[in-house]
Amino acid sequence: MQSIGVLALQGGVAEHATILRKLNFNVIEIRTPDVLNSISALFLPGGESTTLLFLMNRWGLTEPIQRMGENGFPIFGTCAGAVLLSSSISEMGHEIKQESLHLADVKAIRNYFGRQTRSFIEDLSIQGLENTFRGVFIRAPLLQPLSERVDVLSSVDDGPVLIRQDNLWLSSFHPELTSDDRLHRLFLERSGLLSREE
Amino acid sequence: MNKTRTEGTWEAKAGLARMLKGGVIMDVVTPEQAELAQNAGAVAVMALERVPADIRTQGGVARMSDPDMIKSIQQIVDIPVMAKCRIGHFVEAQILEAMDIDYIDESEVLTPADEKNHVYKFDFKVPFVCGATNLGEALRRIGEGAAMIRTKGEAGTGNVVEAVRHARSVLGSIRKLKVTPPEELMTIAKEMGAPYDLVKYVHENGCLPVVNFAAGGVATPADAALMMQLGMDGVFVGSGIFKSGDPEKRARAIVEAVSRFNEPEILAEVSRNLGEAMVGINISTLPDEERMADRGW
Repeated sequence: MQSIGVLALQGGVAEHATILRKLNFNVIEIRTPDVLNSISALFLPGGESTTLLFLMNRWGLTEPIQRMGENGFPIFGTCAGAVLLSSSISEMGHEIKQESLHLADVKAIRNYFGRQTRSFIEDLSIQGLENTFRGVFIRAPLLQPLSERVDVLSSVDDGPVLIRQDNLWLSSFHPELTSDDRLHRLFLERSGLLSREE
Repeated sequence: MNKTRTEGTWEAKAGLARMLKGGVIMDVVTPEQAELAQNAGAVAVMALERVPADIRTQGGVARMSDPDMIKSIQQIVDIPVMAKCRIGHFVEAQILEAMDIDYIDESEVLTPADEKNHVYKFDFKVPFVCGATNLGEALRRIGEGAAMIRTKGEAGTGNVVEAVRHARSVLGSIRKLKVTPPEELMTIAKEMGAPYDLVKYVHENGCLPVVNFAAGGVATPADAALMMQLGMDGVFVGSGIFKSGDPEKRARAIVEAVSRFNEPEILAEVSRNLGEAMVGINISTLPDEERMADRGW
């Protein structure tokens, strides 16, 4: 059985783990760098990006994950996880100083849609999925591509919300908050970790 | 605007709380404290005029904070900003929603405005967190629309004993419900004073339908880790940080402790040299009328 890692410092860890276990993967919760070599792909969950970054730095995870991402290792970041993968971060309305893993050529605009009362649900068309996907957007970022290397897989009226750059996948919504495993499957299929089902 | 877009749904309300799991929410009274909290890794801040410890010593009616004060905190941090309204005071809640607050805490720390009824929280797009001392109370609050539950603890005392009592009560009742035969559920719902469908949900799923945080009296990294090991999803820290000797260090240490709550060596490391903890109050010496956990029903 292959193992998939979920960064387990804070946020929607259990939700990703539940979907991955249903897909018959062994799930390893990542809190320290020493277990990173036993996984075949990594999920960075939703949570607070400032908290996640603080804790990744504190527990020595930032550089190892950065190196893995640069070397083609499959990583999927959802919401805060997507912010962490982006090369540039700004906050709606003002520029902010926030570090990140600087892996994908994307500018993440945090809280683009507004504060919590503006959080929303919207059915999305996603490249590679036949039917629409229920997108749960919570204080969500917008993901603006900064280079040709970035493929936009789904957009709302405001702009891109699911993008892929080779081994890196970023979503501004939370596929882990639905019981729909199609996006997790798509990522794992395209990363060569799951064969396509009928 | 896209036709299929819907705002303020239950998924979005309960979903934000899910994203706060494993995190620490800190009480702050100034923008400077809010910034310190964010830099120390807080997942959210609770904007307040007075922390519970000061509400205790100063007395008087404790109300919703001044909107200007809340605004100044919203402007300085990018993490979610929560604020408290009085139990049953739905107009304070309307004001907080109009100010685009991210989460409302309908809180016993403030002086209750209604002795019988809590806010009908389904009327709002903004999600609510409510305190509960036992499972029946938790399910009543969820039945009214709370998208997140916390223990009440005894806020402002620096004494974790009440939070532990509430956590054990809620989690213990959940464990019992899981193995209760279905024919007993209606009687249990009646005795608990809880909605039957929610009692049935807990029986079937073995957990609350919303996230459950610890609150009230958490003062040290060890307190926070204790609540996590008991099975809570995250921690509110009120007076414990900014009433201590070195708030910055203590705030960081509590965040670190919650992220590695099951590793005693790490807890030992982060607990070192934090300076003076808040002084704390022995709860059995509190007169009944000063006990906040008994407010709400």
